[in-house]
This record gives sequence, C-alpha cells and structure tokens, in this order.
Amino acid sequence: MTGPGILITASPHLGARDSTPKIMWHVVLSLVPVLAAACYFFGVSALLVTAGATAGALVTEAAFAKPRVLLDGSAAITGILLALTLPPGLPVWMAFVGGAFAIGFGKLIFGGLGQNIFNPALLGRAFLQAAFPVALTTWPVPRGSFWQLKGDNLALPFMSPRHVDVLTGATPLGAMKFDHAGTQLWKLVLGVTGGSLGETSALIILLCGAYLALRNYLNWRTPISIFITVALFAEALHVVNPQYPDGLFMLFSGGLMLGAVFMATDLVTSPITHLGCWIFGLGIGILVVVIRIWGGLAEGVMYAILLMNAFVPFINRATQPRVFGHAAKGGRT
Amino acid sequence: MNLTYFRHGVHPPELKELTARVPIRRMPYPSEIVLPLRQHTGKPARAIVRRGDRVERGDKVAEADGMMSVPIHASAAGTVRAVGLWPHPDGTRSPAVVITVDPYSAQAQRPRMIPEWYKLPPAELLEAIRQAGVVGLGGAAFPTHVKLTPPKDVALDTLLINGAECEPYLTTDHRTMVEYPERVHLGIRIMLKILGLTRAIIGVEENKPDAIAALRAARPQDLDVSVLGLHVKYPQGAEKMLIKSLLDREVPSGKLPMHVGVIVQNVASVATIAEVFETGLPLIERIVTVTGPGVARPANLIVPVGTKLGDLLAACGGLTPRAAEIVVGGPMMGNAQPNLDAPVLKGTTGVVVLTKAEVKSYASYPCIHCGHCLDACPVFLNPQLLGSLARMERYEEMTEHHLADCMLCGSCSYTCPSNIPLSQLFALAKAALRKPKAA
Repeated sequence: MTGPGILITASPHLGARDSTPKIMWHVVLSLVPVLAAACYFFGVSALLVTAGATAGALVTEAAFAKPRVLLDGSAAITGILLALTLPPGLPVWMAFVGGAFAIGFGKLIFGGLGQNIFNPALLGRAFLQAAFPVALTTWPVPRGSFWQLKGDNLALPFMSPRHVDVLTGATPLGAMKFDHAGTQLWKLVLGVTGGSLGETSALIILLCGAYLALRNYLNWRTPISIFITVALFAEALHVVNPQYPDGLFMLFSGGLMLGAVFMATDLVTSPITHLGCWIFGLGIGILVVVIRIWGGLAEGVMYAILLMNAFVPFINRATQPRVFGHAAKGGRT
Repeated sequence: MNLTYFRHGVHPPELKELTARVPIRRMPYPSEIVLPLRQHTGKPARAIVRRGDRVERGDKVAEADGMMSVPIHASAAGTVRAVGLWPHPDGTRSPAVVITVDPYSAQAQRPRMIPEWYKLPPAELLEAIRQAGVVGLGGAAFPTHVKLTPPKDVALDTLLINGAECEPYLTTDHRTMVEYPERVHLGIRIMLKILGLTRAIIGVEENKPDAIAALRAARPQDLDVSVLGLHVKYPQGAEKMLIKSLLDREVPSGKLPMHVGVIVQNVASVATIAEVFETGLPLIERIVTVTGPGVARPANLIVPVGTKLGDLLAACGGLTPRAAEIVVGGPMMGNAQPNLDAPVLKGTTGVVVLTKAEVKSYASYPCIHCGHCLDACPVFLNPQLLGSLARMERYEEMTEHHLADCMLCGSCSYTCPSNIPLSQLFALAKAALRKPKAA
C-alpha cells in the first residue's frame, strides 16, 4: 500500500492558508488603488515613475538573487512603494536607479528577504534625495490632462532635465514651513495638493491599509500609534504656540499616511511584538513632529521611520511577553 | 459557556463531520497482532512469552518493568509467532510480541473474577488499574496508576476530565462521550475515590453539543461533577491550557498539574478505567477514529491494540486514489507513517489519511518577521527567535529563551506563512539537548 508518491512530512500536517508570496502580492494589490489615485492626479507621469522604480527593483533582484525569489512579490512592493514617495516629474532613469539601490543596498546586501534592517524603499528614497536633491524637491501641482507630462520624465540618463512648462508649487508642508501658509483640510484628505505620487490621498491609503489590517497582513497597532502620537504631540504644540500647525494638518499632510500605513508596517523592519509596535509608532510619531517643526526639512517621515528601524531589535528584545508559567519580572506568577 | 480561557492558539479547520455522527462499531479480528513493548511513557515492558506460546485474549504477554511501567496483554487469542523488532509508529523499529490470531477462537476472555470496585479500598483499586495496563489514551500514554499516586505533600482539590479533543478530524473522545456517558461518570467516581476528592469538572469544546448534553443528562446526583463548554481553539486539550481555561490557574514552568491542585485525565482513559471494573478485561482494545479524505469509509472503530495500520485501513474500505499521507494521531501532532505494518498502540487516538492538496506545503521561504507565530504560541514563547537559533544549532541559547516550556503543539508551524518547520526544529533541539554531552 505504501506506493510511490506517499508523503512523509513533519507535523503539523495542516497549515494556515496564508503564505509569504500571498501576503506580498496582497500588499501589491492593496497598492493598486493608491497608484490609481496617483494616475488620476498626475496622469501618465505617475505611471512612468512607477514603471521606472519597479523595473529597477525587479531587474536588480533578478540579477543577484535566485529566480524563484522574483515570484514572492517583495521586490515589486519595494519598487511601487519607492515610486509612491517620488515626485511625479522625476526622470524615469532616476526612479530606476532608486529602485536598483533600494533592492541592492536596502535588501540584498543584508542577505535578501527578511534579513534587512531598514525599509528598502525608504533607503532608496534617501539615496535619491542625497543624489538628486533638486529633482526630488520639484513638486508639480496636480493639474492638466492625463497625457501631459508633469516634468521631464523622459530625460536621458545623466543629462540635466529640460525645463518643462508645468506649474510647480510648494507642498502643503513646505508652504507651512517656509511661508506659514496653511492648506484646507478637505484638500489634504482627498489629495488635491502637490506632493509625491502617494503623498496625496489620505482617504484611499487608509482604506487600503484597513484591508491589509483586516487580513492580518500588517499590525494595525503601528499606524494607530503613529497617528495618535503625531496628532496629540502636534496639537499640544499648537495649543502652546498657535504658529505651529495643528494636529489634523500634521496627520493628513505629507507622507505621513503612506509612511505610517505602508512603510512603518513593513513586516520585516517593524517589531514583532504588539507592545513593540506601540513603542515603534510612538518613536516615529515623535520624530516626525520634531523633524517637521524644528528640523531643516519640511518632511520627516522618511528619516523618522529609518531611524526607528534601527531600534527594532532592541524593541523586540525589551518587549518579550511573559512566558506561561513564569513569574513576571520582579513579581509573582 | 466558560468565561475563562487561555490566550493565543490557532484555529485549524475542524473537519470532524466525516465521523462525528458515525456510531462506534467493532472491527473484525485481524490475522496478526503486534504488541510493541514500548507503548507508554516510562520504561518499556518486559516480554514474558516465547515463540510458540499459546495465549488467550487478555493474557499478560509482558510484565511492567518497575514502577514507571505497565504490563501489556494479548488483545486476541492465538500463538506467539515471534518476539523481536517490528516497525513502530514513531518511525523506529522496536521490540514487540507478534501473535498469530487463532481464526477459530471465539475471542472470549478467560473466566476471571470481576472485582466489585466499590468494595475495594483505594490501594487495591490502584493495583487493579496497574495490572490492567491502563495508560492515558489521549496520546501521551502516561501510566494512569502513577498519575493517580501523587506525592503526600501535594494538596489536590479538583479532578479535571479532558474532553476537549482539539485535534482536527478526530472524534474518538466525542463518540465515547456521546455513546458511553455513564461509563465516563463511573470512571470519574472510581478516580475520585482513589484520589479522595469530591469535585470533578469535565471540559468539552463547544463544537460537541451532543457530547455535553449526553454527559449532563447522565450526571449522577450524588457527585459534584460539572460539564463545561470550552472555546473551540487549538491546543485547548493541552493539559496546561485546559487548566487555565477551566480553573484560571497557571501551572508553573517545570511543574505538574498536581502542583496547582489538579489531576487531569483524558475522557477515553476515564471510560477505560470504568471498563476494567465492568468487564474484568485489561486495556486490550480502544476506540480509534479512522478518517480523512484518503479513507474510503471513515469510521470510529473498537480496535484490538496491536492491529496493523494496513488491516485497520482495510476494515474501512481501504485508501482512496487521493490518499497521500497517512498520519497516526491527529494532523497537528501526529506522525506520518512510512510503513503500514506499524500497529495501533494503547495511545493511538486516530489514523488520518490526508490528500496532497491539504498537506502543509514544505516549500519554505525566509522568515519575514510577521509575528504570527508569537500570536499563536499558547505559552508565549518567541518561536521566531527560537527558530533562528535552532537553524544555527545554538541550542544552549534556546534554553535561555525557555525552549523547555515548548510542548511541541505545532501552532507556530501551522500559522507560519513561510512554512518554516518551527516545531520540528524545536523537537530536534530538545533531542540534541537531551543527549549526554560527548566527553
């Protein structure tokens, strides 16, 4: 009866239905509406930048990792997430370089999937910001037809981009920081403001994040902790000194939504304990407000998350739950 | 509904509908019986028969070797064909008594005096249980007489009866509770007398309302026995989880249930204790669930201990073309079988034949730190950390992270999206740590 094809595996013989590629592709799926919103606001430029960053990520992964790894979806996530942090007018070749850097130096150099300390997409963006500061801070205003480029997307590599006749303007955070000019809240929530591809519609990002949280593909405690910290901290400062922006403006402006929902919750680079996620979010929230208000930059989400990424191993170690049947630290069972 | 519960755990599909309503029936005697000497926790029994000896049903064929051991009895009349190595369901080859069953025997027991249990003092009740070779039937096969002899300095207050049966597919305990509730209560009565206790609680997962109803209906008026429903969650049937759920007590690490005043016994074992005093027969047969989409006619069978898996499956119409993996025990903690000559033991709760589609994939991915294993672990370990330490063979460090508290329930492996064989790694680490260090 023990014919060929009989299986001998270790227990447990049944498994939950989630798999790592399934989780990754669901994250990709959840990014599609965010991407669609970016296309609505910035037209074909959004698609070009996304294609460039994603291609950079995938090509690098394919070149240096096993072919099977491409199918797990994680490189695609990095590429798309990176694109969502970039300005729509960015030349495609820069986006490609950013994607390649994100995968090569953000992930593969640490040993591939699951080994990296820092969020690869944000590391890619940090690199681009250092390498191309002007291109990374030119923010077109969402206006014009779908086919109208929002910048010199098709510039040749290492050529200085031609001047394209589009209306650029400060982002709401930039306007606040440098001109003390506010933006109406409804514009921030819907996303009809200048900014990076995914910096615009808070509403869509929240809905997509809720979908992932319901499927338990991200730990909801991290974004909620960030939101609460940012809102309360900024509101407290606003009460003390009304020159500072209020809590709601802080919540819905800039890359906070995208960062809190999609970047800070990256499974690999966020804490694995629930308490750890609360602490992680608290740290990010404080850093975001500190950088935005007292730092030299208008936006602080990227560096806040990258800095907190470095603390994740410590947070994990410090927040281990009490093992069943063991006395609590300094207490009785 | 019980208001206390244990935290964490997983929710595998229950899959019990194949046999949950199938009444228990007796399988025909096979032509050969194999009785491994090692089928209980503790020291293996010592064979006392030789090749060619004639044995009747219920005759002792192996004697207990010391206190932490139990005798083994012939489950069918016949002739001893061999005493030697035989495939064991744990995957090894192990000493066993092989009996060729006499096809013309009526398989009646030798006439023997059935002791009237209520006339016996606790010490003699215990001795009768020991002589009958009774062990826990929930899987671990711990000698029952040892469990019922707690040290004098332990203060007990409650007897817990484990009817959780949280493993998917299995319905052995379920059918026992539905069909033999009086026997369960008689077993409880005998155990209470031995332990000198007055209170017993039966815990049953709420997916078995008919079992709860049957046990409540048969409840004797003169005993303090309650039947409580439990959350349907794996591993609800683990001793420590059951105690947490029913009494909200936490067994300290490295201690036993009796240290929190509790003795836990599986419901099928309790029924067996009653059976010993009802029939005078030792533990020579048990109820086994044979189920899964790989079995032609899933059933709950009364099976002579020592029946080979092949004969057992044949009694259920054999395998279907989709059969891919044959598991002894439940699909969460059971062992896959390479050899159908391995026999049913006293602790065999079921045989589950799975299809390829439902067997957990063994293509694994790197750990993505999703933390699902931490949320699954019922004893709050960090399987993610333990798993990476195990991969590097840093076993001593695993001890610092409380590997000893892991009961190998498999919840972490079950939930891992990267299919990392965590509980298998932990079993390996435990085995490596048990090994005496090379000088």
